[in-house]
Amino acid sequence: MVYYYFVCQRKLWFFSRHYTMEDNSELVSMGKLIDETSYKREKKNILIDEEINIDFLKDWKVIHEVKKSRKVNEASKWQLKYYIWLLRNKGVEIEKGVLDYPLLRKREDVFVSEKDGKDLNEILDKIDEIRSLKIPPVISTKGICKKCAYYELCYI
Amino acid sequence: MGETFYIFQDGQLKRKDNNIVMSTLSGQKKNLKSEVTDEIYIFGEIETNSKLLNFLSQQKTTMHIFNYYGFYSGSFYPRESNVSGHLLVNQVKKYDNTEERVRIAKEMLKSAAHNIYRNLRYYNGRGTDVESAMKDIQRLIKRLDYCASIHELMGTEGNIRKIYYSTWNAIVKQDIRFEKRKKRPPDNLINSLLSFVNSLIYTTVLSEIYKTQLNPTISYLHEPGTKRFSLSLDIAEIFKPLIGERMIFSLLNKNQITEQDFEKESNYLYLKEAGKKKILIEYDQRLKRTLFHKGLGREVSYRYLIRLECYKLIKDIIDEKQYDGFKIWW
Ligand code: SF4
Repeated sequence: MVYYYFVCQRKLWFFSRHYTMEDNSELVSMGKLIDETSYKREKKNILIDEEINIDFLKDWKVIHEVKKSRKVNEASKWQLKYYIWLLRNKGVEIEKGVLDYPLLRKREDVFVSEKDGKDLNEILDKIDEIRSLKIPPVISTKGICKKCAYYELCYI
Repeated sequence: MGETFYIFQDGQLKRKDNNIVMSTLSGQKKNLKSEVTDEIYIFGEIETNSKLLNFLSQQKTTMHIFNYYGFYSGSFYPRESNVSGHLLVNQVKKYDNTEERVRIAKEMLKSAAHNIYRNLRYYNGRGTDVESAMKDIQRLIKRLDYCASIHELMGTEGNIRKIYYSTWNAIVKQDIRFEKRKKRPPDNLINSLLSFVNSLIYTTVLSEIYKTQLNPTISYLHEPGTKRFSLSLDIAEIFKPLIGERMIFSLLNKNQITEQDFEKESNYLYLKEAGKKKILIEYDQRLKRTLFHKGLGREVSYRYLIRLECYKLIKDIIDEKQYDGFKIWW
């Protein structure tokens, strides 16, 4: 949800109300492929609180998130920060997060500051607000719509 | 978008590993690649088992079954995987609100009637004089606006269809000699074609609804849940003129379908296998036809137009945007 909050709030609304789209886009199958072939030996896809789905943990200290491209870097970063923050609140001593871009052969470390923690609280409140809207938020295009699975639903 | 398979032969349809395999009595085998199979139509006599049905459900593949005579029997509609409680509640609320229900139903019929009108205009422009029918239909379309109940809407729609059908003798150029040969009412032939083609459209719409969160049993124009997935009937109404009826006219006028494709003894009630196949090939091609959708700024197929109709309904149901039915614009 944090991720969608940064990507598109309208998408967040649809997603939170289970208006999911068929997962037949190439993007999704690409994601699957990465997931299945890279990082074979690590613990993968740990589901916590039925909400966050972490790609894998190393000794419960580092959270990795595997991403395809850096296009939604900001959103990915905040999503990861949220995971770290949430796990810390549960008493797990997470040191840092790592964003992995296997296709670009790049990595990026992510840390959570105290200020981030406060911001996250606010973000979560805003997410709750958006979710409880009666109708979806209006389109506030950022040029990502054309590739979004909700494109037809939004623009028809 | 996945593929559609039409099975005519008799034999077995089974799951083998992660595939769907059709084996005929003569020992031939065909592999329906399960990952890309969206729909399976069964026209032959098939033996299968629950293992296959479970697999279809897992793969979200719908299966439509027709009996020996080509009449639609029913569909295997896998467990819904795309459910949204939010949408369901609102879909029901819309139905329950008479004003809203009538508004949506009216828009559906106006769109259907507009599409019928366009068909007539097309033939009128090509030397078939159907002008008076066009005028009558135009008048009835205006009358739709004043209908205050589903009952009235249905009545007016019935009249529109009656006028429309009365022009078919003129539109269909084939030498079937409809009126002349009283002993074999040609109506039968046309009716057989219509009912076969309508059931195809119905199943296609159903498959598209399945890909959305809409519940197929809650409808606006037709009474919900009686016998069939009535939302499918609602939406089919809009697409019959474009996808079904244009195809029927063309098949007959190009002599692709003739009396020979029917069993004479059945009084033209029964389409022979070859006839059904010809229709299906043509139908499948038509669903794949694309056109440029201005609003979306991209190419869409006829089949996808049906999905877009579902999206428009969803937007009305969640009160985001009033439903504006599909009307032929080219
Ligand atoms: S199409 Fe655009 S507005 Fe709609 S959900 Fe996707 S990104 Fe958001």
